[in-house]
Amino acid sequence: MSRVTFFEVEILDPKTKGQLCFLDKVEPHATIGEIKCLFHKAYPQWYPSRQALKLDPKGKALKDDEILQNLPVGTTATLYFKDLGPQVGWTMVFLSEYAGPLFIYLLFYFRLPYIYRHKHAFTSSPYPAVTLACVCHSIHYIKRLVETIFVHRFSHGTMPLRNIVRNCLYYWGFAAWLAYYINHPLYTPPYYGNKQVNYALAMFVICQAGNFSINLTLNNLRSDGSKARKIPYPTKNPFTWLFFFVSCPNYTYEAGAWFSFTIMTQCVPVGLFTLIGFIQMTIWAKGKHYTYIREFKEYPDLRMPIIPFLL
Amino acid sequence: MASSEEDVSAEDKENNRKKTKRPFVTAWLTVYNIAMTAGWMVLAVAMIRFYIQKGTHKGLYKSISRTLKFFQTFALLEIFHCAFGMVRTSVIVTGVQVCSRIFMVWFVTHSIKQIQNEESVVLFLVAWTVTEITRYSFYTFSLLNHLPYFIKWARYNLFIVLYPVGVAGELLTIYAALPYVRKSGMLSVRLPNKYNVSFDYYICLIIVMLSYIPLFPQLFFHMLRQRRKVLHGEVMVEKED
Repeated sequence: MSRVTFFEVEILDPKTKGQLCFLDKVEPHATIGEIKCLFHKAYPQWYPSRQALKLDPKGKALKDDEILQNLPVGTTATLYFKDLGPQVGWTMVFLSEYAGPLFIYLLFYFRLPYIYRHKHAFTSSPYPAVTLACVCHSIHYIKRLVETIFVHRFSHGTMPLRNIVRNCLYYWGFAAWLAYYINHPLYTPPYYGNKQVNYALAMFVICQAGNFSINLTLNNLRSDGSKARKIPYPTKNPFTWLFFFVSCPNYTYEAGAWFSFTIMTQCVPVGLFTLIGFIQMTIWAKGKHYTYIREFKEYPDLRMPIIPFLL
Repeated sequence: MASSEEDVSAEDKENNRKKTKRPFVTAWLTVYNIAMTAGWMVLAVAMIRFYIQKGTHKGLYKSISRTLKFFQTFALLEIFHCAFGMVRTSVIVTGVQVCSRIFMVWFVTHSIKQIQNEESVVLFLVAWTVTEITRYSFYTFSLLNHLPYFIKWARYNLFIVLYPVGVAGELLTIYAALPYVRKSGMLSVRLPNKYNVSFDYYICLIIVMLSYIPLFPQLFFHMLRQRRKVLHGEVMVEKED
């Protein structure tokens, strides 16, 4: 029977270099995730998702599935600990980000008291555009909630608590601001009337269907439970044919949906929300695009990050 | 709110790098900082002369407003210095600082003439002038690689008084301007309009005033930390963000 060489793991504070924890008799094929659990036993306030363990005080955090004996360490491994702060699961973040706007918009649509002048409480707008806008906005966020629960697979488990506060402030704040104007008693319907509203509505529906198709397609890439990245390709669904031209058609369709909503409501705050969202999504799309190019030599040449041929 | 927050040692390294690789950048920055030091000195002298001759602060703003507007607006260039990597500071931090100054000058004291003779205006003008003269001469001497200790001392100590004084002056000025904004409805858009948007400058000013509450302590304590690092070389165990 062969002797198993156990590892020793010491976990240090990167600033003071003091030893926080010493683990002996660690299996060589133990993962970072398992070490985090052991560390958590010594410090109950630092649950595993809050820990970042690094080989170098200034280096990158090690992934949970890294195996101890594969790391460039001797039989006594020295790891540095960083507290990532309170963490929240991504699902929880998305649910609160999306449920907020859904309900907040309805508060304005039904003109609850104290939002507008007292005589307008619980009245409704005579314009079909306003009701349509409420339906579209609500369907958009219901779709997002459904996707969060049933479709999306997240590669990271958690994000810092600070992010959920910041993100919710942004989504909820903007939803309130744009809902205020669309449902205002002094709302002015679009300049070109029903034609403008209907064309914009059609484009909105197409973009929502497109975005949903892309999310399903991306979900299917990891249906075997693997965490590895794969190149997404167009399928029989015509909405996915945008993959011929862009790396992140989900962002393209999302930008398109909000653009149509802006045209449909002819409201500057909506336009502002669309613009900021577009800038953020372009940044994300570019990041994803260049990651794909770096990882896959055979990545299709024709594709741009978010807008075909342009951006 | 005044001063920017570069790390001196990083600046020194940056200056050395600049000297070996980008002589034109260094030359331009030196000229720029000398010009700005001179400009704010001219402002300081003009203010002192006015007060000695007239004995009052009334009319002081009007007498220096052109010079102030010129040099404060010119400071927009600093955003480009950061954006093009000529200076190693965050574009956003510099942008916020310069824009807050531009806002004060153009959207408050220039636009709302009735408050130009308030004492609070002199308060922040004095704070800004002393801060900027210190700051620009600090940069100038750093670029010339000959930094007298008293300039370094001034930059990292005077802010303790100048920051709060400047902020007080700015807040009091905006507060004094509020009734005039309310009455004139300036820079505001009301419903109904075909863009379905409204903007109330009065509320905007109130929001600006409230934003000082989170922002001022952050900037102030950052400068305090920089001060400890630069002047006393203390090893700070910083709270992790």
